[in-house]
Amino acid sequence: MEHIVIIGNGIAGVSAARHIRKLSDKKITLISAETEYFFSRTALMYVYMGHMKFEHTQPYENWFWKKNKINLTQGYVIHIDTSKREVILENSTIFYDKLIIATGSKPNKFGWPGQDLKGVQGLYSKQDLDKLEQNAPNKEVCKRAVIVGGGLIGIEMAEMLRSRKIPVTFLVRETSFWNGVLPKGESELINEHILEHHIDLRLDTNLKEIIADENGFTKAVVTDKGDTIACTVVGLTAGVSPNVDFLKDTGIEIGRGVKVNRFLETNSKDIYAIGDCAEQREAIGQRRPIEAVWYTGRMMGETVAQTICGNPIEYKPGHWFNSAKFLDIEYQTYGWVFSDRIKQEYEEHFHWRHAKEKICITIAFHKETKQFLGVNTFGIRMRHEIFDRWLTQEKKIDYVLEYLKDANFDPEFYKQYEVQIISKYNAEYGTTISAKKKSWKRIFNNA
Amino acid sequence: MKTIKNIGLVIFLIGLATFTSLTFIGSFKVTSGVFDDYVTSKNIQSEIFINDINTNLVDKEFNGIAGLASVVSAALENANTQHRKNKEYKKVIYTKPSDMAAEIGKKSGIGFIVNNKGLMWFLTFGLGIIGALLFIVPDVVLLGKKGIKNDGIYHQNSTNRGWIAWLVFIFLVSFYILLYFFSEYTVNWTYLVDPISESLSGNPAGHWFVYGFMYCVVMTIMAVRMYIKYRHNTYQMVRTTSVLFFQIVFAFLLPEIMVRLQMPYYDFKNAFPLDYDFFFQWNLKSLINTGGIGLFILVWGIVLTLVIVPVMVYFFGKRWYCSWVCGCGGLAETLGDPYRQHSSKSLFSWKIERWLVHLVLVFAVTMTLMTLYSFFTDENTILGIKTQTVQNSYSVLIGAIFAGVIGTGFYPIFGNRVWCRFGCPLAAYLGFVQRFKSRFRITTNGGQCISCGNCSTYCEQGIDVRAYAQKGENIVRSSCVGCGVCSAVCPRGVLKLENGPEKGRINPTQVLLGNDVDLMDLVNKK
Repeated sequence: MEHIVIIGNGIAGVSAARHIRKLSDKKITLISAETEYFFSRTALMYVYMGHMKFEHTQPYENWFWKKNKINLTQGYVIHIDTSKREVILENSTIFYDKLIIATGSKPNKFGWPGQDLKGVQGLYSKQDLDKLEQNAPNKEVCKRAVIVGGGLIGIEMAEMLRSRKIPVTFLVRETSFWNGVLPKGESELINEHILEHHIDLRLDTNLKEIIADENGFTKAVVTDKGDTIACTVVGLTAGVSPNVDFLKDTGIEIGRGVKVNRFLETNSKDIYAIGDCAEQREAIGQRRPIEAVWYTGRMMGETVAQTICGNPIEYKPGHWFNSAKFLDIEYQTYGWVFSDRIKQEYEEHFHWRHAKEKICITIAFHKETKQFLGVNTFGIRMRHEIFDRWLTQEKKIDYVLEYLKDANFDPEFYKQYEVQIISKYNAEYGTTISAKKKSWKRIFNNA
Repeated sequence: MKTIKNIGLVIFLIGLATFTSLTFIGSFKVTSGVFDDYVTSKNIQSEIFINDINTNLVDKEFNGIAGLASVVSAALENANTQHRKNKEYKKVIYTKPSDMAAEIGKKSGIGFIVNNKGLMWFLTFGLGIIGALLFIVPDVVLLGKKGIKNDGIYHQNSTNRGWIAWLVFIFLVSFYILLYFFSEYTVNWTYLVDPISESLSGNPAGHWFVYGFMYCVVMTIMAVRMYIKYRHNTYQMVRTTSVLFFQIVFAFLLPEIMVRLQMPYYDFKNAFPLDYDFFFQWNLKSLINTGGIGLFILVWGIVLTLVIVPVMVYFFGKRWYCSWVCGCGGLAETLGDPYRQHSSKSLFSWKIERWLVHLVLVFAVTMTLMTLYSFFTDENTILGIKTQTVQNSYSVLIGAIFAGVIGTGFYPIFGNRVWCRFGCPLAAYLGFVQRFKSRFRITTNGGQCISCGNCSTYCEQGIDVRAYAQKGENIVRSSCVGCGVCSAVCPRGVLKLENGPEKGRINPTQVLLGNDVDLMDLVNKK
């Protein structure tokens, strides 16, 4: 029986294992150094905040693995011998017929002085969560935390610490939060929201060094503005990069991540890489070659399972989408809305923001053809299926606005803003669009 | 703000302590007039009993109802034993000692409590209400910006099965045991609400009136908490208002007012088989004997169960009843909300749930068929089983122990829907309709799920919502009561409760939206 070995039990590895099991009777072994059972990394924050216990982050009950004959092995892989087809762990070796590398990411460190002091940590793994619980159990032990890096993990970490009333200083390299990704209006809305949560947001500020006390614990950070901020915890959240160092002398080709072709195959026969650690040789569409996103990990797992089970299939992700939550504000995106920094020359934005609430929407469209390119919403939920369909059908922005009610996914009885959004658009572009009533027929029958 | 909260907590606890102490304090003195009236009204033939009570009870003062109750109980037992020995079966008294003590005690309270009903109401209910509000309302400020407020739920003793939760558990269980089985200890409570009962129905309060009044008070206070906690979520605001309205108006006020108007006591929203004694002989007789309104209620009750309930479930899902109208649901959604995370999500629990809730439904239906058979044929036994025995065991096992003691008492430990999930026969019936013929579903939003587990954790019905969401599959489960909290707590906007066309409602998927369209077609085709 063919033995499929998967390194990493995150969403990518587990999706691959599940789908291989659905398609075949192959022997499957899932190796992890992090935890015995699969858990949802994105939910770690809720454990610290007391919304959930760690076991609630585990999507499958513990009997699931045995029942589905997925062997779980705990251990740290130090080397892969591709000629002997062996995965070498610290205390054992495992023979494989096919190997899937799904080792995810690790937090970036940019060689800051003091970056390895006690009290300095990232937020990625279960171990990081445990560490944070130790470093910052409450506001008495942790008088102040400084977070370095204005991305999604940074703002999550700020939210976590604030849930225990710990004072937080948030150093963001950019002049406005996440403005490498978000257009100006939205980025500003989040800046305001961060301040509302009593987070000391310092834009356009970089970390220079972290200072230790006499016991090697973090005492303060120094910024490039010359400020010294006393703190006991430093969160390093300046992005992640593929966790592939252990592959160095294996002959498997590595760039920033493990280089793969569209079949998710590496240069080494019968070895595949999926998820955060995989790097496409050529970017797919406007996607980045490395995508550290939950659902892309899952999709690569779904795809590679087909290939491994005798139905070779290219990885062809559909239209870009994503979502996140910034403190209390939910964010969704479908299609491409680029930030002002990397906006395409043909891309035009229509932006509407609620007068009082933290609710806004940005629609990107083609200047000349008026083709709808993408949408960002803050505080409004949208229907994935509808936008996916509109993107495929290359609808015009006028159409999208006219039928915007079909796409609304907010809970029942919520206030809806389509009329206001459309009237602003009409005023700006001299159009006379009016909102069509929501139609189940259109939503479900592809009419 | 924190100080106000703490003061509120202290005031609330004083009110609660006073309320609790009323079960064993207070003076009682039975006059011969009261006892003679009782003997006449119950047509008691036993001279042994009457003599016994006249010597040992009448005109004697008791501190606390316990003493009075034990005399009554001893006298009853003694008299009944002797009569049975002498085969004087006509003289045997079948009233339960606890009911008798409660009824006699109710008319015999003397002293401070009875003479200061208003003041005593204030010291119990009043302080409880003021204290609870002082504890809850500062959250408007303390909770900060509107949004999901689940911080610290698993760090707090009270909401993480700590000792406070266990104390609440013991209190609730004891409360329900008193209410159902030792009502004599609730006599002092009835005095507190006598003025209210008299202004509504014209009668002094019994212990079920206390319960009804308390139910409304608790739901109102805890609804205030819901309004504050979910103030960003219109669905929760509207739903909470609805469930509160139906409790106060339909379950509490209307039946009392109907009694004042010489009509039968009836809760128009309480549908059979949750209202399990609707077809009991005494109820049918009383409905038939009250003329027009009685017949209307009889027809309404049947139409409600057979037509209105299923038709509404077809259009809106069982939520229209379970989390918008029902009293049990109402308490669960208000008082029970802090405990919703304790429902077990394991597959094992789901198996138990399906067995148990459907067995209760079978029990209820069988009992009712026996009841109707006995009613129309005047035969008291079927296949050697006494209808009365079946009815009694249902009342005690399901009506009192399951729905009351376990259903509410277990909130702090097993979550707020223990009864609705494992026991309610109406929920089982609605569940069939919801699962097989309904427009309701919780739509999963394409590929947006990140498997975080908030939805499953906060599902009060123990549904593993995430198991569906992470597969891109809509949630169509018979047990879902449509409380809407999974959708509220989702950080990625994945879940939406909605009523739409039946086609495509159930959509098992393997590969989610967002991946290669050809792969989706290949894998998801059936």
